[in-house]
Amino acid sequence: MFDTSLSWGDIVFLAQGAGMTLAVTAVSVIAGTILGIFCGVIRVQLGPYWSIPLTFVLDIFRSVPLLIQLVLANAFQSIAKLGWPPFTTSCVVLSLYTAAYCTEIVRGGIDAVPLTTRRAGRSLGLSWWQDMRFIVAPLATRVSLPSWIGLTLGVMKDSALVLWLGLIELLRASQILVTRLQEPLFILLICGAIYFLISFPIARLGGYLEKRWSPND
Amino acid sequence: MFKYSFQWNQALKALPQMLDGALVTMQIALLSMAIGLVVAIILTLFRLSGSRLLRGFAVAWVEIARNTPALFQIYMAHFGLGSFGIHLSPFTSLLAGIAFNNAGYLAENFRGALKAIPDTQARAGRSLGMTSLQAFRLIVVPQMLRIAFLPITNQMVWAILMTSLGVTVGMNTDLAGVTQALNARTFRTFEFFALAAVIYYLIAKVVTLAARLIASRLFRY
Amino acid sequence: MIEIESVHKSFGKLEVLKGINLTVNKGEVVSIIGGSGSGKSTLLTCINGLEPINSGKIKIDGTEVHAKSTDLNKLRQKIGIVFQQWNAFPHLTVLENVMLAPRKVLGMAKSDAEAIAVKNLTHVGLAEKLSVYPNRMSGGQQQRMAIARALAMSPKYMLFDEVTSALDPMLVGEVLDTLKMLAEEGMTMICVTHEMAFARDVSDRVAFFHQGVMAEIGTPEQLFGAPQNPETQKFLASIR
Repeated sequence: MFDTSLSWGDIVFLAQGAGMTLAVTAVSVIAGTILGIFCGVIRVQLGPYWSIPLTFVLDIFRSVPLLIQLVLANAFQSIAKLGWPPFTTSCVVLSLYTAAYCTEIVRGGIDAVPLTTRRAGRSLGLSWWQDMRFIVAPLATRVSLPSWIGLTLGVMKDSALVLWLGLIELLRASQILVTRLQEPLFILLICGAIYFLISFPIARLGGYLEKRWSPND
Repeated sequence: MFKYSFQWNQALKALPQMLDGALVTMQIALLSMAIGLVVAIILTLFRLSGSRLLRGFAVAWVEIARNTPALFQIYMAHFGLGSFGIHLSPFTSLLAGIAFNNAGYLAENFRGALKAIPDTQARAGRSLGMTSLQAFRLIVVPQMLRIAFLPITNQMVWAILMTSLGVTVGMNTDLAGVTQALNARTFRTFEFFALAAVIYYLIAKVVTLAARLIASRLFRY
Repeated sequence: MIEIESVHKSFGKLEVLKGINLTVNKGEVVSIIGGSGSGKSTLLTCINGLEPINSGKIKIDGTEVHAKSTDLNKLRQKIGIVFQQWNAFPHLTVLENVMLAPRKVLGMAKSDAEAIAVKNLTHVGLAEKLSVYPNRMSGGQQQRMAIARALAMSPKYMLFDEVTSALDPMLVGEVLDTLKMLAEEGMTMICVTHEMAFARDVSDRVAFFHQGVMAEIGTPEQLFGAPQNPETQKFLASIR
């Protein structure tokens, strides 16, 4: 059917690359989200003025190209003799990158909960923690989830850049095959299709949730 | 703490070279935005059109641009087109990849902006005797531009950051490319890339600030 | 003269107008009252051709609105309409809002359009607000601007679609006063309204719509003083 020298082994190789993409994404998104929720709550508690230092630092992660961040972090761990393998370095950088965006999403979510609703909770005798846990968190999650899904997909796509540190993720695996088999278009199309198949359904889910939850918020 | 002597002098000496690179970076970003905006408008019109073929084409473009990595899109331009015997220079592949990405995201923003303007606005125009084209041009588009302005500036910042990906396809004249070339010669990775990071950061901030200034002058309502 | 002959109109399966007949003569003010969903607002958007109709005829000065050969853009210049939601153009100042259609639709020179806009805005009491953007004004002021915007096209007929329904009670008076002033100047008007006092004081005739049918029409004295139709009686009793 296809005139290709792509072998079964090559397909396994691609799948392993995709596995690496997913692994880096999963670790970074989980760690970044936890850190992001933490920073987001701190930002809201401190108010816009006192959180300026935090906002400034997080903004750097959003204003410097990820590739540069990766190179810098790798150089830093080598200078500091931390001995981190590329996987660790990549996950640390992507986690901080995720956290920077996640903080904004969390802050937006919490800010979207009307103050009157929170006061109503507190006036029933709920503690700050109970108010956060039972009133704010459920409402803020609804507001934030679509953006968070978008962020997760963004990190998944941006994780392609870790190839620069030598990690063989999906795009790097495809590139290696391209060099060896000299069939760039065919192999890249497979690579793109894999990215698309991971991303598109989840993106649609995000869009659906947004549509479903926004009109009667 | 570290057994490493930072040599910032060397990096600072290379600053003029890097600033030249930054100009190339801005050039690619601006060009890719210009192309992206024009294509996005065309894609938006395609999406509104009655033809299923045009609509399908526009939707496919937008979904591929949004659901695959930007680096993949640049690779497609650089390596993928090789299958057709088309070999683009790093500059052209980088520009094509980012412009493709910009167009997809911008088209989606335009669609959202159009949706945000109530039908009653065009209706009010029609009831004053305007043709549908007049109502669209005089009433819908100006409001749409305001809604889409912030996403457009965000995309501009994205475009600047994306230019750094050119180094992976052998680009050596933009900021990331120049930095990487200096790095390869001296192995002062941290110093050079830290300086590059500062420059990228400043460019991003200046662009954001400029956009805010323009917006406050442009949209007084 | 506006002639409405057995107009039927459906949205999908829902028939909102079930054979409406009404003739409005030059200089006449007709108010339409009735509960929500009675089809009264839909009738207005059918009159200026914003909505198609399923059967029947609407004629403006003898021109059939829904005929294929009718130039609706031309026809609409004769008919001003003001909506419940005033639909100010948020990106234009008050003056620009009113100038836009005379310039772009009638092709007037800027200075002429400006003179007309200033005249009409002064007429509705907004002479001080020319360079303000609509979102800086109250709902009542925006609604008066919308009236001036329609008047700037020098329409022969004005349609008002519940123009006070979305306003704070405090602001209703200023808009109704503007309508009253227009009526006294001899403008031909159809007003869909919930303001019974206004309908009684200003209209030549009042029509009561009920579930897509014009249940009753007559002078204000007849309709409010001695309603014949039991639905009219029920409606009037319910709002007192």
